[in-house]
Amino acid sequence: MIEARGLTKRYGDKLAVDGLTFDVRPGVVTGFLGPNGAGKSTTMRMVMGLDAPSAGGVTVNGRHYHDLPWPLHEVGALLEAKAIHPGRSARAHLQMLAQANRVPGRRVDELLELVGLTSVAGRRAGKFSLGMGQRLGIAAALLGDPDVLLFDEPVNGLDPDGIRWVRNLLKGLAHEGRTVFVSSHLMSEMALTADEVIIIGRGKLIAQRPVGDLLDQSALGFVRVRSPQMDRLVAALDAAGASVTVEDDGSASVRAMGAAAIGDLAADVHAVLHELSPQSASLEEAYMELTEDSIEYHGGQPVGAPAGGIR
Amino acid sequence: MTIAATSPVATVPRRQLPPGRYRLTDLMRSEWTKLRTVRSTMWTLGIMVVVGIGVSALATAETRAHWSTMPPPTRLGFNPVSTSLTPLFFAQLAIGVLGVLVMSAEYGTGTARATFAAAPRRVQVLLAKTAVFGVVALVVSEVTAFLSFFVGQAMLTAPARHATLATPGALRAVVGMGLYLCVISLLALGLGTILRHTAAGISVFVGVLLVLPLIARALPNSIYNSVLRFLPAQIGIVIITNSSRAHSFSVWVGFSVLCCYAVAALVIGGALLVSRDV
Ligand SMILES: Nc1ncnc2c1ncn2[C@@H]1O[C@H](COP(=O)(O)OP(=O)(O)OP(=O)(O)O)[C@@H](O)[C@H]1O
Ligand SMILES: [Mg+2]
Repeated sequence: MIEARGLTKRYGDKLAVDGLTFDVRPGVVTGFLGPNGAGKSTTMRMVMGLDAPSAGGVTVNGRHYHDLPWPLHEVGALLEAKAIHPGRSARAHLQMLAQANRVPGRRVDELLELVGLTSVAGRRAGKFSLGMGQRLGIAAALLGDPDVLLFDEPVNGLDPDGIRWVRNLLKGLAHEGRTVFVSSHLMSEMALTADEVIIIGRGKLIAQRPVGDLLDQSALGFVRVRSPQMDRLVAALDAAGASVTVEDDGSASVRAMGAAAIGDLAADVHAVLHELSPQSASLEEAYMELTEDSIEYHGGQPVGAPAGGIR
Repeated sequence: MTIAATSPVATVPRRQLPPGRYRLTDLMRSEWTKLRTVRSTMWTLGIMVVVGIGVSALATAETRAHWSTMPPPTRLGFNPVSTSLTPLFFAQLAIGVLGVLVMSAEYGTGTARATFAAAPRRVQVLLAKTAVFGVVALVVSEVTAFLSFFVGQAMLTAPARHATLATPGALRAVVGMGLYLCVISLLALGLGTILRHTAAGISVFVGVLLVLPLIARALPNSIYNSVLRFLPAQIGIVIITNSSRAHSFSVWVGFSVLCCYAVAALVIGGALLVSRDV
């Protein structure tokens, strides 16, 4: 369980994390989403006691990180940047961490095996590929068999096979009842992995909800309606408070009213329905909609493109 | 690879935590592993010993070769002990660089995040580093000092004068050189902790040893004479020449001053370690 209360981090003038309050529960994978620079990595560093909050606080299993008697046995983390000496072997890296918290030495070999690095365990980590480094980081996170796990963009640099492996690992860890907190800026990735998402933008909380609910509440979802008696139907929908847009192809896009209610209304006014199809936004669209206002670093318009011509 | 069936973490029974909390000895074990598992440690310490012996052999062989043509006053002033301990000037740079690296490499490579996540009591980490690196530095420094002495004395064959450990003050000079190197390396560790940056740490360390004496020399004589004794390099010279010098502390007073520098650097480093973000 991770509990953040009014968590705030200021770097000079810059408010990197702005009064975040959220809970990360055990037993589910909680995705941590936000555009570049939203404050995800900063938040995770504060959870780990590496950066001190400017205001507010965060606890892990009810304690401040600093007060954990055996940190690696309680919290494991794969943070954004590599945290490995390039001159040290993978085995030595895990060994020195294990010793700091009295993790039994055999765990080192078990984890090297688990992440598939046994054959290169004696090689200097500086020679590792991005993916191998990521796997070593994951092994380090799991070393103390912790209940709470943080992963900052764990699939960075992994091939499709590796991505699937991480996805299953995260789900498996949550399934065992652990708290799994994983950041990403890709909604599509979180849609496959997370049960719940916390979305932030410019350091502020935008939403915390189950992944499934993201779609329901999106204004991008609508119901497409076709009817030979379109005029009568549109008037009735309008009167009932739905927002209706008649499209060029003669169909109508109805928002703020469900398909069932539209069907009932059509029967009331004796309109024949030729189409009644709910159109849900993609998760990616729902996410973009939520974070639209808080994207700090927009890509530039291609030179010569008409303003607003590309979305 | 699926992990649903074989849980990666099922091998250790849950909640079987050791009693109490992690201790300084756990961190010392970890620091010892860190120190011996990077090549730069072995290289630096190896070079320090080997080059130390080489420098001693060169310096004494040179004296031996020119002994017969030396003017009598030079012969009279010849100090076989300090000549065999000239490697001090190189060895202090080697062990100092390593001292800086013990902390700065953590930041340079990002290992600091893993280290302080495992041990959020940061001052304890610094204590563990100081203890482990201090002992290693002391052992290697004494080995360098004694080997330099013995090799140097072996080169000083008759008619050149040579010394033995029984020569008055010789043992103190040799042991003192090892102690000096150990403490200077801890001063470097303190600088590495304060600056967190390898290049900056080494620059400041080298500046203290080599540039400060030059700056001091540029000052008016009266000031020079009163600041000279406080310079670490001068304290080192007094220790190996084993003679009282003008405008200098005596051996043990100088050594105590040096210890104060190291402690001050480590205390400031520790305070910054706690107050800064990793
Ligand atoms: N040590 C620091 N000093 C100054 N500013 C910082 C520091 N760390 C982060 N920031 C700033 O705080 C903001 C949040 O950064 P952070 O790395 O937490 O974002 P993020 O959500 O992880 O982004 P990304 O998706 O790109 O990884 C950014 O504007 C960043 O420039
Ligand atoms: Mg980040």
